[in-house]
Amino acid sequence: MELSKRMFIGLAGAAMATTMIPAAAMAWEPKKPIDFVIMAGPGGGADQIARFLQSVAEKKDMTNRPLVPNNKGGGSGAEALIALATTNDPDHTILVTLNSFFTTPLRQSNLGIDIQTFTPIAMMAVDPFVLWVHKDSGITTFEEWVDTVKGMDGEYVMGGTGKGQEDSIVIAYLSGAYDLKIKYIPYDGGGAVAKDLAGQQIMATVNNPAEAKGFYANGDFVPLLSFSDERSENFPDVPTLKEKGHDFSYNNQRAVVGAPGMSEEAAAYYQTLFKDIYDTEEWQGYMASESLAPLWMTPEETREFWKVQVARHQELLVAMGE
Amino acid sequence: MRLGEIITAGVLALLSIYMMFKSTELNIGYVRGEGPGGGFWPFWLSALMLISTGWIAFNWYRRTSPPSQSDEPVLDEYGWKMLFLVGGSILVFVGLIPVISMYGAIAVFLIYYLKFLGRHSWPLTLVLAIGLPIGFFFFFEGVMRITMPKGLSFTEPFFNVLYDIIY
Amino acid sequence: MDILGHLADGMLLSIQPLNLLLITIGVTVGLFIGAMPGLGSVNGVAILLPVTFLVPPGSAIIFLAAIYYGAMYGGAISSVTLGIPGASTAVATTFDGRPLALQGRAGLALVCAAIASFIGGTVANILFTLFAPLLASVALSFGPPEIFALMLLAFATFVGLGGDDIPKTILSICMGLVFAAVGFDQVSGAPRLILFNINGFLHGINFLVLAIGVYGIGEMLWTIYSTRGEITSTKAEISAAQIGRDAKECMQRGWKGTTIGSLLGFFVGVLPAAGATPGSLMSYGVTKMLSKNPKEFGKGHPAGVCAPEAANNSASTGAMLPMLTLGIPGSPTTAVLLGGMVIWGLTPGPRLFVEQSDFVWGLIGSFYVSNLAAVIINLAFIPLFIWMLRMPFTVLAPLIFVLSVIGGYAAMRDMHDLWLMVAFGAGAFFLRRFDYPLAPAVLAIVLGPIAEPTLRQSLLLSSGDPTIFVTRPVAGPITVIAIVLILLPALKFFRKGKPAPAE
Repeated sequence: MELSKRMFIGLAGAAMATTMIPAAAMAWEPKKPIDFVIMAGPGGGADQIARFLQSVAEKKDMTNRPLVPNNKGGGSGAEALIALATTNDPDHTILVTLNSFFTTPLRQSNLGIDIQTFTPIAMMAVDPFVLWVHKDSGITTFEEWVDTVKGMDGEYVMGGTGKGQEDSIVIAYLSGAYDLKIKYIPYDGGGAVAKDLAGQQIMATVNNPAEAKGFYANGDFVPLLSFSDERSENFPDVPTLKEKGHDFSYNNQRAVVGAPGMSEEAAAYYQTLFKDIYDTEEWQGYMASESLAPLWMTPEETREFWKVQVARHQELLVAMGE
Repeated sequence: MRLGEIITAGVLALLSIYMMFKSTELNIGYVRGEGPGGGFWPFWLSALMLISTGWIAFNWYRRTSPPSQSDEPVLDEYGWKMLFLVGGSILVFVGLIPVISMYGAIAVFLIYYLKFLGRHSWPLTLVLAIGLPIGFFFFFEGVMRITMPKGLSFTEPFFNVLYDIIY
Repeated sequence: MDILGHLADGMLLSIQPLNLLLITIGVTVGLFIGAMPGLGSVNGVAILLPVTFLVPPGSAIIFLAAIYYGAMYGGAISSVTLGIPGASTAVATTFDGRPLALQGRAGLALVCAAIASFIGGTVANILFTLFAPLLASVALSFGPPEIFALMLLAFATFVGLGGDDIPKTILSICMGLVFAAVGFDQVSGAPRLILFNINGFLHGINFLVLAIGVYGIGEMLWTIYSTRGEITSTKAEISAAQIGRDAKECMQRGWKGTTIGSLLGFFVGVLPAAGATPGSLMSYGVTKMLSKNPKEFGKGHPAGVCAPEAANNSASTGAMLPMLTLGIPGSPTTAVLLGGMVIWGLTPGPRLFVEQSDFVWGLIGSFYVSNLAAVIINLAFIPLFIWMLRMPFTVLAPLIFVLSVIGGYAAMRDMHDLWLMVAFGAGAFFLRRFDYPLAPAVLAIVLGPIAEPTLRQSLLLSSGDPTIFVTRPVAGPITVIAIVLILLPALKFFRKGKPAPAE
């Protein structure tokens, strides 16, 4: 009885609140839970970041409606892109992306997805890639690694998250640049790859530092080469591919985008929201501990960035024979 | 039953042929040095399905499986009526979800089933048909953070009020 | 001694008033989430987030372990009372749990599930406490060929599960395996089998869609049809004395299944790629094989409930091991847990045991306490679940349909899945009419997504040479056993000569 009475008062109060305040007097605010689509399955790197962002927003009570994580990893993220492109409520649908945001529309052109129609919101960070081997292999430098791979003549085994995925693009570039023959085994996630490197089922991986961090701290994994523009603070002794004389760097973007057709007011709301999240101590600390690099951009810069990235990925995919 | 058995086998055979056809979009062969191609697994398993339907048809011809000997109808009058009234109502239930929201569809389905199929009293029907969707709403949207379909836009004002309560 | 000291500290931590309260709430909530078809421990994590900001990380993870345990116990409740496996780990529980419920012995099935779960969980906890680092290295030695060999073994233990009609059983298995291949080809990275070019198939066919379609809709329609809607369901007695008698019967007839389930489940659960589902399926198969009266299985044998339930609890505890010791998720739930640990500023991985030993032992201690709390709370709720079964069938049936639909949507949040579920339900109803066994298809769609990628990864490793499955030291023996088990019935079949033609 008590409950229903309270609910009734709540209902009445809420109804009054919504009718009495003229909508125009307030800045745009979400009216429903925000569909927070994640372009990957539960548990992976992208998912972890999305859930971290959500938990920061929740902890600081930054939104009046919750961000509801929604994993749509099917078809290398094709499912997520379709969900955004076809949503009937673009003001309440946002997406956490990785580089499959660029590659999936290229590789599956029949989807008819044009990423330029999406609404830029925020570039939260970029995740670098590092080449790892197991400590029992005895390899400590990139040069030794190249010699070893050449010596095995096609029997060198690397693991990754699948053809056309970020790490395979890096491996394909390395193979081309150093004339290496590598056997590539696809797994369904970075965690599984790290586990099989730890168990020495595979010999090397190209992985984000976040996914190899535990094993690195324990001394099981040895980082040989990073694919960033500059050396990372967390791995000061690891050389970059650029230092080795190849003009190639590759990062995984950790960005938030809005559905195509999102209203300007809503976009402005989310841009402010994620800027605020970006500035929190929590996110800054997370970036430092997971070796993420900052790459903040305005929406206009982001659109320009997308153009460059799409052109670049097109080249890379063509080069690897996709 | 005898006719039904061979029709069912036929439908399954068509399904397996379709899936075999669909599998050929990827490589169905054994790639030297790499093992099976992307279509290998579904293609050959669908082929095995097709062979099984052939075997079923053979048993049908020899009249060894129980359904192929039976003269019973596939479903009697009660069966078809039940399928129409119960199965059909589930279909309508799912069809209503994008229109009047998950919760609205549950209420309509429960009223139909409890009152018209179950012949229960109105009080019981209404308590369940109204109480359950409200309970589900608070459980899924409030506690579990799983958003259900909200239907067409005319339901929006109603849900906005509910959201104001739970958040 | 060191371990016992740590463990005692951990347990003391978990029986602090705040933590004990969290455990009680967590187990209760988890029990109901698990009992809801379509929801599982993964969803329980959603509840956690707001709580995390109110209590310290140590208490938060204890709360989480409690939800995890509650949900594992809850899975059996849906399998027994509704006949729908709410999670893939509880599929095998329906095989005997549902028949028991239909015989009016739902109480026995639920008591068996609770007791077996408790024993499985306890055995796993003890093994976990004593051998964590050792087991972690065993887990690492399982690469793709070993996991595939294990899947082969899981299939082999199920050869006898189908009906009497051989081609229909084969068809059912193949159909499940093909459905499992829909969506995405991991090796070439290309979409695959997007049936009728419907985009909804991009995420594949979820196990729950098939399971809820087959059991929640198809099987329910079948029950209404075959009983002419006359059944008034079980008349099971609800009393403490009855629960006591059930417990006794369960121990007498189910101890063997419980033992097999506890041990086998744990070892399979420890392997990161395998997890609790194959563990529970294999335990059911092995228990049936070793039983003196295998014919009673599938018709309501208590051991048929005990084995998979002991195994899935044991395995779910086992799945925590790779997560804690290696930082590798063994299941989607542990994956989200892992994310939680990162959010709380902990680094999962081999160093966690050393650097955060208070945290780890607090968690392990809470496993023991949660498991105990879960069995008590579960037993206390059994009368409620039996009471639900005593509702008139015309009330229970629509409730099951509603739970099926809302649960089917909650799993993937896609309308496409609901339509598919209804289609599977209708298909299952007719296939059932023509004596097609459907359990093999449901099992196949669970095992297929593990079997196919590991098969192809192995063959990539060996450059297409299939002998990799027999030449590797661990994979070899497993493969040989599996092949012998598969060939055994076939040999019998041929020795008897061709089955007598048309009687």
